[in-house]
Amino acid sequence: MKKLKSFVGSREFWPILSLLLVLLFNFIFTKNFFVLEIKDGHLYGSLIDILNRAAPLMLISIGMTMVIAIKGIDISVGSVMAISGAVAATLIGGSLEMVNGANASGTAMPLPLVILIALGVSAILGMWNGILVSRIEIQPVVATLILLTAGRGIAQLLTQGQIITIYYTPYQYIGAGYLLGLPFSVYIVAAVFALTMYLTRKTALGLFIESIGINQVASRFSGIKVKSISFWIYAFCGVCAGLAGLIYSSNVKCADGNNAGLFIEMDAILAVALGGNSLDGGRFSLIGSLIGALFLQSITTTIYAIGVPPEITYVVKAVVVIVICLIQSEEFRKAALGKFARNRRELSEKAAVKS
Amino acid sequence: MKKLQSNLKYLGLFITIFLFSILFAVGSVMYDGFFSLQVLLNLLIDNAFLIITSIGMTFVLITGGIDLSVGAVVALTCMLSAHLLEKVHMSPFLVIPLMLIMGSLFGFVMGYLIQSFKMQPFIVTLAGMFMARGLCYVISIDTITISDPLYQAISQFRIPLPFDSFISIGVVIALVTLLAALYLANYTKFGRTVYAIGGSEQSALLMGLPVARTKILVYTLSGFCSGLTGIVFSFYMLSGYGLHCIGLEMDAIAAAVIGGTPLTGGIGFMTGTLFGVLIQGVIQTLIMFQGTLSSWWTRIAVAFLLCVFIILQRVILSKKESRKVLTNTAAKAS
Repeated sequence: MKKLKSFVGSREFWPILSLLLVLLFNFIFTKNFFVLEIKDGHLYGSLIDILNRAAPLMLISIGMTMVIAIKGIDISVGSVMAISGAVAATLIGGSLEMVNGANASGTAMPLPLVILIALGVSAILGMWNGILVSRIEIQPVVATLILLTAGRGIAQLLTQGQIITIYYTPYQYIGAGYLLGLPFSVYIVAAVFALTMYLTRKTALGLFIESIGINQVASRFSGIKVKSISFWIYAFCGVCAGLAGLIYSSNVKCADGNNAGLFIEMDAILAVALGGNSLDGGRFSLIGSLIGALFLQSITTTIYAIGVPPEITYVVKAVVVIVICLIQSEEFRKAALGKFARNRRELSEKAAVKS
Repeated sequence: MKKLQSNLKYLGLFITIFLFSILFAVGSVMYDGFFSLQVLLNLLIDNAFLIITSIGMTFVLITGGIDLSVGAVVALTCMLSAHLLEKVHMSPFLVIPLMLIMGSLFGFVMGYLIQSFKMQPFIVTLAGMFMARGLCYVISIDTITISDPLYQAISQFRIPLPFDSFISIGVVIALVTLLAALYLANYTKFGRTVYAIGGSEQSALLMGLPVARTKILVYTLSGFCSGLTGIVFSFYMLSGYGLHCIGLEMDAIAAAVIGGTPLTGGIGFMTGTLFGVLIQGVIQTLIMFQGTLSSWWTRIAVAFLLCVFIILQRVILSKKESRKVLTNTAAKAS
């Protein structure tokens, strides 16, 4: 009972509940939603599809959670995604070559090097944001706005304004391949998640980050290297976005400077907020953000599955954001719950005093 | 000393106007036919809609807020007016005021949410953006062309000016909006309150200024400007489409920032915003005249300018702060 109560009070409770509600809705109204089939040794089904499609968003949400935890924001992630995809596509280059009816297109550069360079470029873009925010002390929204505006232009410049198709088959494994029956992208997300979890929960770094988000000045006075931590967090967010860009471009087999990662910054912020994280920084929950990302993708998949025009997704998302922000707003809770809330708080305070 | 300080405040504005003249001069020297009244007026004609949005945005930025929904609201206005004109066959004289009311209402609701529930303007207007774009697609996924005779006539109409030049009706609307904004910002209680809120909301509240009302009104005003922009834009494009004006909010913010309005609030110039828009237009025209450079260089150039101006403002601000500290210590010492 006590365990249940602490779970209800935790910040992961609401996101998990909403995800379960969406799944329940699908269980009742969507046919074959929970059916998992094994074809060619791979698992197939709507649930796997959600996991695979949500992979870029989950990666970016991890980066965004860290950035938001230090009271920052990074709205350039979509552009970084587009650039990283464009870098990879340009480096691979080449055209469609067929040998005996099979695709045997080559690459101009070894694949590991391509991935390394694309991620390196993303890291540099993240560092650029980091310098603007931590050294020059520009507000995060504005600082990352610069890269948001310029990034699409840079991506277009790399792809010469065209959509570059990637024919090299091994590259397509990143976003569309399967390992032990599960999509390979899921393993990438799991690896990044595990690494971030380890760094923030098993080392003091997580504590430093929360401390910076709550009070930057006090953190500086207590000896935390605020500037360099902020800098590296923006760089980390850049790498996450770059990785997401690789997955996305490999999944759709092309680099599109205009549409890759369009509006994903909004989705990522939404996922973080949905995950019960305050947008004012401070304490954060990575699991919450991941669940938020999965929730968003489930809504999209559900809307497709039940045959409502997919364009309505935007409206649904807008309503969800407003509702969540309203719940997080103290003024609204006071107005809505009124006396009830006050009574309950008094009761719980009394209980706390007693125990 | 005082003179220097006020000069510092206007520095961004001066640099913007200076830069605009330089860019225009460079164009005139480099390309034949660049130096003409019509090229200058074309800047206004092609950017009339951006001027109107940016003015609304400037008001919001002065209060220290942000409005990311403008592009989507413009698209929604275009879409809805196209739908009402073409599919419902409503009179344009009814559609235009209806669109202005819709824009204002949209802004009002966002302002109300921001003020009453202390929600972050960034998030609320983001939701507004999703909402407006989604509604666009709900109305129609395809482009709706406007064939209404009045809209066609306004779109074709040219107001002749001396030296063989002309302007469009959109420019007139934009300039009237600019004049109204100048009056509103500088000569009314509302304008003073807007600046006061941006300077310090707490102080404004303690001074007994109507902070809540003004903040909601500012977002309503921005919504109204977006509605007006939508109408001007539909005169210009003669169509409604869900993907109209993607990224307009960023252009508007860039125009305001380049025009000397810092995002911290409290300072802002309507004239500066006009020049912020014109600089973006001049860069576009320069790249067009140059011919070989692709159009996405415009975005990179604008982003570069934005970056320079933001850093410049940061430097000015930190100078001001250090001077404040200096004068304070000097006062204490004496």
